[in-house]
Amino acid sequence: MAVLEQEQERGAASAGKASRRITPLGALYLGLFVLGLLAPWVAYPVFLMKILCFALFASAFNLLLGFVGLLSFGHAAFLATGAYITGFLLAEYPGLSPVLGIMAGTLGAVVLGTLFGALAIRRQGIYFAMVTLALAQMMFFFFVQAPFTHGEDGLHGVPRGELFGLFDLKNNHTLYYFVFAIFVAAFVLIRRVVHSPFGQVLKAIRENEPRAISLGYHTDAYKLVAFVLSAGLAGLAGATKTLVFQLASLGDASWHMSGEVILMTLLGGVGTLLGPLVGSGLVIGLQHQLAQSALGDWVSVILGAIFVICVLSFRSGIVGECQRWLEKRKERDEV
Amino acid sequence: MTMIFGIPLMVLFGQLMLGLINGAFYALLSLGLAVIFGLLRIINFAHGAQYMLGAFAALLGAQYLGLNYWAALILVPLVVGALGIVVERLLLRRIQHLDHLYGLLLTFGLALIFEGTLVNLFGVSGSSYPIPEALSGGFKLGFMFLPTYRAWVLVAALVVCFAVWFLIERTRLGAYLRAGTENPELVQAFGINVPLMVSLTYGLGVALAAFAGVLAAPLYPVSPTMGSNLLIVVFAVVVIGGMGSILGAILTGLAMGVIEGLTKVFYPEAANTVIFVVMVMVLMLRPAGLFGKEA
Repeated sequence: MAVLEQEQERGAASAGKASRRITPLGALYLGLFVLGLLAPWVAYPVFLMKILCFALFASAFNLLLGFVGLLSFGHAAFLATGAYITGFLLAEYPGLSPVLGIMAGTLGAVVLGTLFGALAIRRQGIYFAMVTLALAQMMFFFFVQAPFTHGEDGLHGVPRGELFGLFDLKNNHTLYYFVFAIFVAAFVLIRRVVHSPFGQVLKAIRENEPRAISLGYHTDAYKLVAFVLSAGLAGLAGATKTLVFQLASLGDASWHMSGEVILMTLLGGVGTLLGPLVGSGLVIGLQHQLAQSALGDWVSVILGAIFVICVLSFRSGIVGECQRWLEKRKERDEV
Repeated sequence: MTMIFGIPLMVLFGQLMLGLINGAFYALLSLGLAVIFGLLRIINFAHGAQYMLGAFAALLGAQYLGLNYWAALILVPLVVGALGIVVERLLLRRIQHLDHLYGLLLTFGLALIFEGTLVNLFGVSGSSYPIPEALSGGFKLGFMFLPTYRAWVLVAALVVCFAVWFLIERTRLGAYLRAGTENPELVQAFGINVPLMVSLTYGLGVALAAFAGVLAAPLYPVSPTMGSNLLIVVFAVVVIGGMGSILGAILTGLAMGVIEGLTKVFYPEAANTVIFVVMVMVLMLRPAGLFGKEA
């Protein structure tokens, strides 16, 4: 225990030093923030909001894969739960504040995440992936049959409502800043979690679970908390997405969606904070471009090919490769 | 009409039969997954797509080459299995030394490519493959009507499952295979060509999936998406049974098919999900799976 805590302290200390020394990272975050504030005046806000929702979804997924080493193949279930609950509540109770609707959707995903997490962490590695996939498929069939989801049709025309009775979210720009605020808050939370002592234990589990157990950590409890956190954030992404598109449909719950979020994370960089952002931006952008081109029908084939290429020769993802390049350059400079 | 628990006996037996047929497919597919997992330690996510390729190869072979059912039953598994060996040589071999999750992701990408390509070429709606003449018709058993083709599928699947079990558990080649599963380096040191064995094993697993596809072609609509949903159910079956034992995979597959069939009779709303529910119960009571060795 003591050893790991020392390591933690050292890790935290070097991280602290690093953040003071590498102000470029701070500058990068600030630049991205400003870019996020200005973006809706340059690009179509709904498109940007879609990217933000999926970036949040991928970041939530990455929290589990990148920082605990658990590959969930069922994150669509949480996205869809958040989307459906929020959509149902806002459609049924038109006066309801969108904030409450989103909170309810997130809470639903948290509850589901607790149940699924408790089951899934009983198996490891490849079995974990299969269990989460099967559980998510079970939820898919539930959503097909449950009356409140309207089955194949999905929920349509979900009202966006007004924020605190002041801001009309029907305005795309107003909604954009609301979605942006949600995203930034979630991103800061994830960053905080990853750099916290709790996050260090998660990384220890990722690197060597038996060792973490022998050091006295209840790794199952840590894994479960991480799973629930990830599920809740995925639900938040789904809930926000419902507000943006004013619909919730079965596509959110299908295994394709679980695969897509894996691709976004893999392409951007597993285990990096900015990777999921880059990955989701690229995948959404690519889908958008392809949909308008003659290759529109080949989206799934192209995504599959990117998957194969990523696994074969690009496993650190774009952000991961950039980091490696920067580190190499630093080493060279020091020599 | 004879009734049992308020259900006509004919309906009950009919659904049991359908359940057994589905179970035979679960058994064939989970057997292929288990064989591949044993030596390569990866979960072949392309298994559903390879099953679908088997069905499509039979369909296209009949349409364009005049290939009859019996020839397809032999040739298609060989061709698709050979395609599997190419995939293993060109792609899977490169990531052998990595975390096995990468194998899952790579084969998932392949599944998307296969499925997406065929959707573009043939659309999502299914085509039907005629039942071969020798196997059309059926038997009247008194308590139910048994279509000959369904009986044939059951027998063929069981024979193939048994043959694979025999190959792995009772032959010299199977002994090498099992030894390779335990310790590939040592087996290689004894002068056995492990990389070749890995290729052949993957080919065998893929061929099993394609064989199941040909068997399924006359029963279910042949469509590009026929494999993916089935595969997820097979994953649940594999989690229930564990992949440690060949016989376990076969038995679990059949049993899950029967349970699904019975659920269709007594509580049809849950028929889609019952196998997942069984999986949840197994995870709670016996997390390693019914026949599993892994903790």
